[in-house]
Amino acid sequence: MFKACWSVIERELLSASRRKSDILNPIWFFLIVITLFPLSIGPKANTLTSIAPGVIWVAALLSCLLSLERLFKDDYVDGSLEQLMLTPYPLTLLVAAKVLAHWLLTCLPIILFSPLMAVFFSLDWPTFWAIALTLLLGTPTICLLGAIGVALTVGLRKGGILLSLIMLPLSIPVLIISTLAIDAASMSQPNIAYLAMLGAILVAAITLAPMAIAVSLRISMS
Amino acid sequence: MWKFLHPYAKAQRSYELAGTLLPWFAVLAVVSFVLGTAWGLAFAPADYQQGDSFRIIYIHVPSAIMSMGVYTSMAIAALIGLVWQIRLSDMAVAAMAPVGAVFTFIALFTGAAWGKPMWGAWWVWDARLTSELILLFLYLGVIALYNAFSDKALAGKAAGILTLVGWINVPIIHFSVEWWNTLHQGATITKFAKPSIAGPMLWPLLIMLLAFTCYFAAVMLIRFRNEILIRESHRPWVKQLLLKSA
Repeated sequence: MFKACWSVIERELLSASRRKSDILNPIWFFLIVITLFPLSIGPKANTLTSIAPGVIWVAALLSCLLSLERLFKDDYVDGSLEQLMLTPYPLTLLVAAKVLAHWLLTCLPIILFSPLMAVFFSLDWPTFWAIALTLLLGTPTICLLGAIGVALTVGLRKGGILLSLIMLPLSIPVLIISTLAIDAASMSQPNIAYLAMLGAILVAAITLAPMAIAVSLRISMS
Repeated sequence: MWKFLHPYAKAQRSYELAGTLLPWFAVLAVVSFVLGTAWGLAFAPADYQQGDSFRIIYIHVPSAIMSMGVYTSMAIAALIGLVWQIRLSDMAVAAMAPVGAVFTFIALFTGAAWGKPMWGAWWVWDARLTSELILLFLYLGVIALYNAFSDKALAGKAAGILTLVGWINVPIIHFSVEWWNTLHQGATITKFAKPSIAGPMLWPLLIMLLAFTCYFAAVMLIRFRNEILIRESHRPWVKQLLLKSA
């Protein structure tokens, strides 16, 4: 069973390494969105530092959602999704593996790029550290929630904007708690409670979301 | 034990039951609307602080309660549709969603209209207001997803799942918004939100709540009947019904 999951992850990584734009475009989008904010708001370091957590999180959220469509769409079009569902292994595990691979490919690079954000927005060390931690704990939840939306809309021709419409409201708690954690860190207050909340939401999402994704996929494929 | 419910999984029986219940709810809604608005707007005493503008609660509070109640009903119907694979349940979700969205909008709009003279602003990012706004977004998401499918049987199932996912998320949204608010501003506003209310003001409110509930039931039943007719339009009993009424 775990071998099946591993081969799903391996296949995802391999197909992404053959088509590098899938990995590069979300990061590229993230950087461009981040750049727009200093340009539109003004280069004052004080203002930028105070808006940085929100800007970074919104940009990460959007680039995550934009890249999510590739999670099932290509496989749906070429029929390999159907083959995946016909395998004797539980679909919940297989989709969890797929989401994990997707997170490794699109969200982890964004987290690796976050030191650059600290330079852009002249953040101090605790704030930067809090941003990296909240992204690490929060983006998997976003991927899992978004995957439900992708699974629901995969059969539709124009699923793109609909996916954002239905999934963005659901990601509000993660956004709020993350920015609270970052704010607390920047005022050098303890933020472990917020991080624990993010972790709790992540655990709940890991246990519940794969089931919802599997059911949604079955509906979309019927 | 639940055998008496089984016939209602058939669309025709549900359609007939909805038709029987509809006039009762409609009449009750009209009567309690007339009674509630007259009592609330004309006879209930004015508030000593807010004067007559407090009377908006007779619209605002029932619609806010209904906005949450309707979403919970949708989640229950969606769960029944998902677990027991009952198509009619999915139709009920589709029938309820726009009504709930309108209630949410009314709650937000009346709140804003009251907020302008009382707080001096149409909108403040208070926890209650924000979570109500997010609830509106959730409703609109369900409606948008339902309308995106051309196959309505699939649409009902997909909208049902989204409703359930959203419903699990509602308490999380509520608490996170509450935290977010309390960190940034103190409880200057929320002290008005739950006033302990005097008897002469409370009774019309309860009647209005009854009116809104019956109104929701009546409108939902009408929409539910239409939904059944549209989806079952290929069945002989629908054709017979249409021929009879034509």
